[in-house]
Amino acid sequence: MRRGCRKRGSPVRSGRDERLPVADETPVAGAAGHAAGAMPQVPGISPATAVGSTLPGRALTGPRSRRLRERTVGAILFAAAAVSMLTTLGIVAVLVVESAGFFAEVSPVEFLTGTRWTPQFRPQHFGVLPLLAGSILIAAGAALIALPIGVASAIYLSEYAHARVRRVIKPSLEVLAGVPTVVYGYFALTFITPWLRSIWPATDVFNAASAAIVVGIMIIPMVASLSEDAMSAVPRALREGAYALGARRFEVATRTVVPAALSGIVASFILALSRAFGETMAVTIAAGMTPRLTLNPFESVQTMTAYIAQVSLGETPVGTLEYRTIFAVGLALFAITLLMNIVSNFVLRRFREVYE
Amino acid sequence: MGATTDFAPENAALEARKLSVFYGDTEAVRGIDLRIPRNRVVAFIGPSGCGKSTLLRCFNRMNDLVPDARIQGEALFHGTNLYAPDVDPVEVRRRIGMVFQKPNPFPKSIYDNIAFGPRINGFRGDLDEVVERSLRRAALWDEVRDRLHSSALALSGGQQQRPCIARALAVEPEVLLMDEPASALDPIATQKIEELIYQLKQHYTVVIVTHNMQQAARVSEYTAFLYEGELIEYGPTDRLFTNPREERTEAYITGRFG
Amino acid sequence: MSADVHARSGHFRPRPRLRRTIGFVFAALCLAATLVGLVVLALLLVDVWGDGAHRLSLGFLTRFPSRLPERAGIRSALAGTLWTLGLTAAASFPVGVATAIWLEEYAADNRFTRLVRTNIANLAGVPSVVYGILGLALFVRALRLGNSIIAAALTLALMILPVIIIAAQEAIRAVPNSIRLGAYALGATRWQTIRQQVLPIAFPGILTGTILALSRAIGEAAPLIIVGALAFVPFTPTKLTDAFTVLPIQIFNWISRPQPAFHELAAAAILVLLAVLLGMNAIAIFLRNRYSRKL
Repeated sequence: MRRGCRKRGSPVRSGRDERLPVADETPVAGAAGHAAGAMPQVPGISPATAVGSTLPGRALTGPRSRRLRERTVGAILFAAAAVSMLTTLGIVAVLVVESAGFFAEVSPVEFLTGTRWTPQFRPQHFGVLPLLAGSILIAAGAALIALPIGVASAIYLSEYAHARVRRVIKPSLEVLAGVPTVVYGYFALTFITPWLRSIWPATDVFNAASAAIVVGIMIIPMVASLSEDAMSAVPRALREGAYALGARRFEVATRTVVPAALSGIVASFILALSRAFGETMAVTIAAGMTPRLTLNPFESVQTMTAYIAQVSLGETPVGTLEYRTIFAVGLALFAITLLMNIVSNFVLRRFREVYE
Repeated sequence: MGATTDFAPENAALEARKLSVFYGDTEAVRGIDLRIPRNRVVAFIGPSGCGKSTLLRCFNRMNDLVPDARIQGEALFHGTNLYAPDVDPVEVRRRIGMVFQKPNPFPKSIYDNIAFGPRINGFRGDLDEVVERSLRRAALWDEVRDRLHSSALALSGGQQQRPCIARALAVEPEVLLMDEPASALDPIATQKIEELIYQLKQHYTVVIVTHNMQQAARVSEYTAFLYEGELIEYGPTDRLFTNPREERTEAYITGRFG
Repeated sequence: MSADVHARSGHFRPRPRLRRTIGFVFAALCLAATLVGLVVLALLLVDVWGDGAHRLSLGFLTRFPSRLPERAGIRSALAGTLWTLGLTAAASFPVGVATAIWLEEYAADNRFTRLVRTNIANLAGVPSVVYGILGLALFVRALRLGNSIIAAALTLALMILPVIIIAAQEAIRAVPNSIRLGAYALGATRWQTIRQQVLPIAFPGILTGTILALSRAIGEAAPLIIVGALAFVPFTPTKLTDAFTVLPIQIFNWISRPQPAFHELAAAAILVLLAVLLGMNAIAIFLRNRYSRKL
């Protein structure tokens, strides 16, 4: 059976427009004797209304200056877009090249498996695991706080709240995300840590828990916002079907909406984790400067990011091995967060529910 | 076959020669030959999806903006192939204007809507005069002369189509392509548009796509009936509607399908 | 048939009362979760205010940092923040908007374009310290700009570029296609259409997104530490190559000192920083409400 003609909306993409090779401003060959600009006199049309009387008469090739201008604009815009590509290349190049200098002297195996990190003391050890453990501890603690609270907030905003309430609360949550991280560090040090120590006196002045709590609070908006977007995308029809079967609201939320939006929710988790991993100032201020391979959140630890900050603040001379540790740790950090972002994207796309 | 009405080439404003349009692998318009005479109104009719809008859009190179579209054959404007490699589509669109199905005025004043076309085309002269002339031709001048600088969006939906027509006229096209210009309008607004089209043919060649056969019968002098991308019949409107030569034409106009 | 029979037919145990209770508890928990963030925010503000409000004064704003808490102020930090704001905006806004225009209006839908888009999305998630490292290697060392305010601004510009691009893309995408078609049909070129029809409509959204991106930039300390912002700067910048400090770094510096007096100063500086951010966000929201209209 022959397919019928398709009705096409025309998304105005770049398409073929302006890309034709255009010749100079000569009259089109083979035309029925048109000179550039002169239009045939048509019976019934007075000269005042003839085409080209008030607008510059032109051949169908158009003026060359216009084509040149369009091409130039296109080139400039492309150059701007290239900046983003160059940024990534720059990051990778710097990290890899400088780390190569580091790994020429320190074996990658020691780096990846060693459990002691003491580049600034003698004897020097270059095992990154303590830093990695610090970062993971903070990120995990932050996740413990942000994920439940974030999803619960998202459920409330998406399934329970009136539109007016949502309009007020959603931006207010965004404010949380806008608070600078040094402020969170201050809050952790001067408020959370004393409070923790009052509950659990064995807590160090610098400890992972305090930092994890504030980082968790910092990423709540991310989880809440992205999860709420995912839940809002679930069609009403799905909810109505569940309600019609006699489900209560919490049942619809937990058994229909959340499973349907799961890919978006999980993706938001991973993204938030990645953000927590990359956080610097709050952990530098509150978690301490002691690289320690531990699971105890009440001790002081150092994350990968805090280490980089510490070295930059210090007097380490450029070009020394200690200095180059920044790049090795930076490379590891970049690789981990990049991986998490890619996985998050993958989860979002691969497992997205198709509703039709 | 009676598919081509023979207008002498000098009298043809537009001509299609074995014109085909492909969207990807689908052939939406199949090898059409026809000539549009000057200063006449020609209607394209046919069931939904038969290619009439696609064919219309060939004549002002708007199909270029659709990523998958491919043209074969020729579309001629006064004998010049619009798809020749050295033809600038921007220039084509100035000479062959278009009015869309859903009125799409810019979110600017009525004056700026109409002045936009002349301005971008390098007009040097009295813009006020061009705006007035275009609005008069679109039968809108008296209604809006006192509020030229108010937003075009403040006009009611039914009224918004006429500034769009005035806007198209302001660049002095020779041909006006109208893609179902009244289908989004109420009956009174439709009637005004139809009256307008009748006036326009004094100065312009008009090609109108419509799914409303009565409209085609009222407004046009020649009608082309398309079905599934092919030109089935093309002739004087009176004859096509009262005495169609093709079976499928008769089936369509008597409402047996479409 | 009475409703009773239906309710008890066969194998259903609807347990309406239990579920209703669970429903209430669940809703309450979700509401509590939503409010937790807001409560903590309030706590934070109260805490900072309590610690630092008494240190706020005109003198505080106009004095340079000092080893003596009574004589310390944020003049250089505030000046540095404002300078950075302006320079970063100047560097990132044009490039970001231009990239967004290219992506939305010019780029064909092919593998290269998809790569560019994915790349931008990934760049948005790169930790700020990595941008600091890039800035160190590229601006401070390779381009020999030194530990200067221009190096800092360029580093921050690269960092917020993806954010601006994404916001601008959304604003441009929101412009109805019918406008573009109308302009093209009148014989407008692509750039004429973009500049005279699309951009004016998209502009409020672009501006709002840019301001929000900038407010993130000026809250950052980590990349600037790496690029070499100093902590003790007894002067304000006068040229692009000057050394500098910014509010977040001054705050960090004061927090790192053991004396409580410096913690109070840090709190006061935080209040100033929050005030600046509040101002910027208020402007962004104002612009968004003022200029978004139904098309």
